[in-house]
Amino acid sequence: MTTVDVGAVGKAGIAVNYRTCRFTGLRIEANAETLIKVNAVAAVVFLALGGLMGLLVALTRWPAIQLLPAEWFYLVLTGHGANVLLFWIIFFEIAVLYFASAVLLGARLATPRIAWLAFGLMIAGALMANYAVLRGDSSVMFTSYPPMMASHWFYLALIIFAVGALLAVMVFFGTLVVAKEEKTYDGSVPLVTFGAITAGIIAVFTLASGAIILIPTWLWSIGVISQIDTLMYKVVWWGMGHSSQQINVSAHVAIWYAIGAMVLGAKPLSEKVSRTAFLTYILFLQLASAHHLLAEPGMSSSWRIVNTSYMMYLAVMGSMIHGLTVPGAIEAAQRRNGFDRGIFEWLTKAPWGNPAFSGMFMSLVLFGFVGGISGVVLGTEQLNVLMHNTLYVPGHFHGTVVAGTTLAFMAMTYLVVPLIFQRDIIWPGLARLQPFLFAIGAGGISLFMMGAGTLGVARRHWDISLTDAVHAFEYPPGAYMMMALNGIFAVLASIGGILFILIVVGSILRGPRLDGTNAKLTFPLHDASREAVSKYGSHATVKLPGTIVLVGIFFAAFVLYYFVNWKYLSDLWLFR
Amino acid sequence: MTDTKQGKDVQAAISERVPIMQRVLDNPFLLLFLGITVPAALYLIWGIMEVASVPIAE
Repeated sequence: MTTVDVGAVGKAGIAVNYRTCRFTGLRIEANAETLIKVNAVAAVVFLALGGLMGLLVALTRWPAIQLLPAEWFYLVLTGHGANVLLFWIIFFEIAVLYFASAVLLGARLATPRIAWLAFGLMIAGALMANYAVLRGDSSVMFTSYPPMMASHWFYLALIIFAVGALLAVMVFFGTLVVAKEEKTYDGSVPLVTFGAITAGIIAVFTLASGAIILIPTWLWSIGVISQIDTLMYKVVWWGMGHSSQQINVSAHVAIWYAIGAMVLGAKPLSEKVSRTAFLTYILFLQLASAHHLLAEPGMSSSWRIVNTSYMMYLAVMGSMIHGLTVPGAIEAAQRRNGFDRGIFEWLTKAPWGNPAFSGMFMSLVLFGFVGGISGVVLGTEQLNVLMHNTLYVPGHFHGTVVAGTTLAFMAMTYLVVPLIFQRDIIWPGLARLQPFLFAIGAGGISLFMMGAGTLGVARRHWDISLTDAVHAFEYPPGAYMMMALNGIFAVLASIGGILFILIVVGSILRGPRLDGTNAKLTFPLHDASREAVSKYGSHATVKLPGTIVLVGIFFAAFVLYYFVNWKYLSDLWLFR
Repeated sequence: MTDTKQGKDVQAAISERVPIMQRVLDNPFLLLFLGITVPAALYLIWGIMEVASVPIAE
């Protein structure tokens, strides 16, 4: 990639250096570029660690293998949750926030020193948390419900990480102000940046909720406070625990739009409609945290129903709008690119060999069909009792966070490596295969855990045969089969994950350099990628027959699954 | 001079035509305020009040 360095001095008198990306035409500031790199690298390191722990969890829950003893299982499960649900995801999201502000708006990063401080705090927190978990006295799992108590290092580590992440989000908002003040863009910010703003707003609520509950819990762990009310803890903790996954949703939807724009030149069908959908996220998505408390005594039906069945559905409507407009934008762009025959030529002739596109599209489909539909079922107060605290819950969130977010972030990485690290992707054949392997594995994990949960398998128990239990209990044979299939698909997903890490690390270290004048991308971008991703504007069209068919299939699956669960509920003796 | 004045008038007219909803969506700090207060009121504060109102067992 040719670098055209433009030495400049920002308004605040800070020396800034820009280069212009030859492939996209985007103006990239040096501090933003470096901070995107370090956050992305840290994210991948914690994905590797957390992913390995996830494989050990799955192999232990596979009854025929049951790899680890109970103490190690809970230790590894805690580390898996912290590393992938917090560290991998949030490091990558910070990289996305810097990309969506500084790079897409062509601005300098606000206060790079604070951005480095934020990164340092996040690294320190993540390392401390792993230290606390690995030394064996913090096996409280991701939820860390009192009265179980972890080492005080564990809570302190999470607080330090959260403070660092909050500072990074503030740098993002500061960069928006810098871009506006220095007039690096006209009118409204591009849609991808608006999606990142949505993620940033939810991040502030999430991290504030974390601070509200983790600081007293840390004081409890060092003996300053005598007790933590368990229900109070759950209410506030889930303001962090579930909302942190809503940051993911906003970020990966923004990435769907970004990849569609950069690979196919897809512009939003309607800026107004897509921004309104993001607005429903800003206002209502965090309220879905309440679905974790639908079976708690002490919370009124009004609180539960308002927060889940009413308000959450408004956010679900936002997701369904994105579920229409993202493939719709891709269809419109493909038809404009010449693939206009029949209903599905735009899809069959899509660049499935480009891992950025294939990963993005499979993330969209799996998030909608697996994570999305199961989320609505879990969020319905009556249906929730069918699978509350069963393995269905991890099945649902592996559908959203692994098959949805992680796959989308992997897809984005195939663009970040050439555009930011200026190295081309090595092993293109394996890179083409990788998203499919990971998507099939992650989709299988989600479906089979949901299946086991529907058969009643407990969410957190080490041994589903309950060998040492005082009161014997036998799950149906189908549950054992589901757990074995879960293990097999976890192995498949792990192979996809290992391939991703090898390709990314190998590309960064040994990939062909792209700063030469004749350098070409192995996976090319669309000629209009800059215009599509960094400018406000819609591709207003309703000629989307393929998308209409796909959305029709989605609704049919949604309605069918929803009513199957109501039928299932009516068969329970309790309600006869 | 006249051109500059006319230019400013045109600019002002364009600014005035920006719909209210777009102006709301263009203000990240207003959105940040809404995105904190709505869930804080409906989920956190209401939820904490519910927990606090549970009678303590004797």
